[in-house]
Amino acid sequence: MKFDIEYSTIESVAGPLVVVGKTRNAQYNEVVRIRTADGESRLGQVLETSDKYAVVQVFGPTDGINIDTTSVSFLGETFTVGVSESMLGRVFNGQGKPRDTSAGVAAEEKRDINGAPINPTAREKPSEFIETGVSAIDGLDTLVRGQKLPIFSASGLPHNQLAAQVTRQANVKNSSEGFAVVFAGIGITYDDASYFINEFRKTGALKRTVAFINLADDPSIERILTPRLALSTAEYLAYDRGMHVLVILDDMTNYAEALRELSSAREEVPGRRGYPGYMYTDFASIYERAGIIKGKKGSITQLDVLTMPSDDVTHPIPDLTGYITEGQINLSRDLMNKGIYPPIQPLGSLSRLMNNGIGPGKTREDHSGVSNQLYTFYAKAQDAKSLSAIVGAEALSDEDKRYLKFGDEFEARFIGQGTYERRTIEETLDIGWDLLSMLPEGDLTRIKKDYVAKYYRKGKGNA
Amino acid sequence: MGIIERISGPLVVANDMLGTRMYDVVKVGKLGLIGEIIQLRGEKAIIQVYEDTTGISPGEPVESSGVPLMAELGPGILNNVYDGIQRPLEVIRSKTGAFIGKGVNADALDRKKKWKFIAEKGIKNGAGVSSGDILGYVQETEHLKHYIMVPYGVEGKISGLKNGSFSVDQAIAKVTKGGKTTNITLMQKRPVRRSSPFKNKFRSEEPLVTGQRVLDTFFPVAKGGSAAVPGPFGSGKTVIQQQIAKFADADIVVYVGCGERGNEMTDVLVEFPELVDPKTKRPLMERTVLVANTSNMPVAAREASIYTGITIAEYFRDMGYSVAIMADSTSRWAEAMREISARLEEMPGEEGYPAYLPKRLAEYYERSGKVESLNGKVGSVTIIGAVSPAGGDISEPVSQGTLRVVKTFWALDVALASARHYPSVNWLNSYSLYLDALKDWYVKNAGESFVNDRIRAMKLLQREAELKDIVQLVGADALPDNEKIVLEIGRMIREDFLRQNAYDEIDTYTSLAKQKVMLSAILYFGTKADDAVAHLIEADKITKMKVREEIGRLKSVKEQDIEKEEKRVKDNIDSEFRALLKEYQAQIEEEKA
Repeated sequence: MKFDIEYSTIESVAGPLVVVGKTRNAQYNEVVRIRTADGESRLGQVLETSDKYAVVQVFGPTDGINIDTTSVSFLGETFTVGVSESMLGRVFNGQGKPRDTSAGVAAEEKRDINGAPINPTAREKPSEFIETGVSAIDGLDTLVRGQKLPIFSASGLPHNQLAAQVTRQANVKNSSEGFAVVFAGIGITYDDASYFINEFRKTGALKRTVAFINLADDPSIERILTPRLALSTAEYLAYDRGMHVLVILDDMTNYAEALRELSSAREEVPGRRGYPGYMYTDFASIYERAGIIKGKKGSITQLDVLTMPSDDVTHPIPDLTGYITEGQINLSRDLMNKGIYPPIQPLGSLSRLMNNGIGPGKTREDHSGVSNQLYTFYAKAQDAKSLSAIVGAEALSDEDKRYLKFGDEFEARFIGQGTYERRTIEETLDIGWDLLSMLPEGDLTRIKKDYVAKYYRKGKGNA
Repeated sequence: MGIIERISGPLVVANDMLGTRMYDVVKVGKLGLIGEIIQLRGEKAIIQVYEDTTGISPGEPVESSGVPLMAELGPGILNNVYDGIQRPLEVIRSKTGAFIGKGVNADALDRKKKWKFIAEKGIKNGAGVSSGDILGYVQETEHLKHYIMVPYGVEGKISGLKNGSFSVDQAIAKVTKGGKTTNITLMQKRPVRRSSPFKNKFRSEEPLVTGQRVLDTFFPVAKGGSAAVPGPFGSGKTVIQQQIAKFADADIVVYVGCGERGNEMTDVLVEFPELVDPKTKRPLMERTVLVANTSNMPVAAREASIYTGITIAEYFRDMGYSVAIMADSTSRWAEAMREISARLEEMPGEEGYPAYLPKRLAEYYERSGKVESLNGKVGSVTIIGAVSPAGGDISEPVSQGTLRVVKTFWALDVALASARHYPSVNWLNSYSLYLDALKDWYVKNAGESFVNDRIRAMKLLQREAELKDIVQLVGADALPDNEKIVLEIGRMIREDFLRQNAYDEIDTYTSLAKQKVMLSAILYFGTKADDAVAHLIEADKITKMKVREEIGRLKSVKEQDIEKEEKRVKDNIDSEFRALLKEYQAQIEEEKA
């Protein structure tokens, strides 16, 4: 037990940081309540503690805090979120307070928002295919339950529509169980937030959704909390209530910027582009909270959205993310300019867990071969295209011309689809075979002979 | 006993620590979190803590154990999964459940299990023994004799050595010198940050055969050598590392998952017990030790995991085994170093990494090698380190520091990976400096012709790359026929030989004998094609030949059928070219008439 001491020994306030002097026994990461002279109270967290002082990061604005009359008390616990099943259907702010109505939520229990790392020996291998109804994902970069798959987007690209479409359509094949959705809006605009809430409401998904929304004009330091609140809630729903949870973190770029802001306020040695050197570890503490645990019914699948500054995939935010997540869905401005939705560029996209979730009994026997072959052909089509840009389309060989045509059709018919169009995996693979059959049978070296004999459409195209 | 003064993330400053030494292991706070002293300043010690420090406050106690971080080495170490400081994750799980709790004490080796120890017949009680001497063995798995050695620093007259059933901490013998008696147990401890001593180091003349065609044929690593695999995310680093862990012809594999994905470790844990070691036909897990400190586990323990792994590897090396250690990824290790260094407020070197980064990298890779250990057995440690350069740009300090010390470089190429050409090892940028040293071995085991084929294939690939640049400008049709053939053979080497599907049951592993057949079939076709073009047959006809497809499908031929298939494919090549020539001659005759 701690004594309820109120310190009025603030030494300095700078940015989101408050240094409290003469503290005794403040715990590392402990939650702090700050009370201003006019009775307002804010929460904070201990970032560094010693026998003489404690450095506290304040969640919320620091206006109104002063040196002489503001008091600080240490609460003796880490940041927690009260969780319960009745959170479904509700909208909270970035600190976990209700945003929709003033009514609170009766918490079943309190959870540390930082969670704890899953023991690698307790993890179940993710292997259940999630049918998103989007061909470019299902066919080429399959999502499986328990995976973390980010959407690498950029400003002006339709990542929100895609995230909403996947949320609307995703289900596990041969299973009637739907997903519970935990949505964390991190520094998103009011427009984007209301787009998601309306989409969920329209399709009836809202009643199985918990939303935490930190808007663009909310305090940026709160963004450190928002994804963690969402994930602790998701862990409760998944591992204690047996639900399959789809977590959407949108947008991780805003999160990283808040992290940088905090780091620079602490005067830390900056890493690349001013982001802190520990950003990889910090990201991991969020992304690694996806997964399935042996002996538990539920699962957590993450669909994280991030916008790449100036479309640069080597920028630290997408770069560090890609090293942690199990693949990425890459959106392309070129495809969008061609009028293709969703503008998923397969050549930059990848799903590392795809091979666990496809094949006979899961999707279809020919899935792996079709996917590899489409990739190979599309890569050849790109080569043919860059060649034709130099020598002109007329000078191309017949073979190159065929690939060029394949590339265009592939983009229009396979990648392109409607915002509300939901394709089954069989439909997706069949479109794949339509396209593969534009090329001679002998070129299909990446598919087993038996499957080529079974699915190849003879007499079609130029074969 | 000291008192905590300051806490900042994984770094704790404690007062009243006089008498403690650098790198001593300490217990921090009431929870007893494990840490290590990394700096001493007057009475203060600066400690990096291997667990999350949330909830610890100033004023709590710090207790030193007086010893540095040690690895426990003995029977029971195989077939196990440890965290970065060698706590068995299964035991932690049984104590704190699916999520890793704090302050858990767990012995690396099971103290209860009894092992059957067979004493070495040659050693009589009363004889003199010295460090490293083999006293006997425990048959740990069906194929592995786990030798029990005299620990370093111990020598003298032995007594009480006998066969029997012992737990790892019971004495199997005593060694006495100058009135001082040491109990010898099945288990010994070694400090992880110091390399284990040996008698001699040699140049290795034998490759680590991995069953991966691009590596074994073109860029082999020697047993006892070192290799680096740098590549951006999505280029297939982890798949390569796992393939080597599965199929390399090493006796023992140590796999260190350093700051990587949790699901990847699960993959290994699920797959390895089911997979069979191609050499011994036993489950792969029986020759494997896993050290798993995933990215969300504490950062200081990640820094230690690399050392824990190599110490285990050296221990088995001293028994005369060939050991391969995969470190995935050394960049995360370097980042952990950077994080600790920044919290120590050290002056940063390049990109914020500490100035001693290159030295640490070099020290680490120098722990590889083929050595004669103190007991005269010859064993090896091969280090294969993955590097994850930021943005895929290998001009960064970790890649550069690594490339200066390793002799094999497998350059992963993101463009190849996007086109699903795996393993995405770029054949023009990669290199192996072991090729000369290994030449005799290859000649002996695969034949002179294989060595020549390799040289010829590499030349073709180089030439293909040059021609492709020209094609980019003028189109393929502008090339003369003999150069079109180079393009075609280059394509065949790339697609039918270098590309290998890790997820295909047969293609995932290719023996050297099969690699030889596959390469020679392609080059045989190449010779015939050159010959045909010299006889004025059009290149377009050759590139449309049916037999090309059969060559391409050699990769899915089972190992035992490969000889038969080689003959059949080569016969088909012969007959199809004969037909082509005949047709052409008939055409000439017709034109003449």
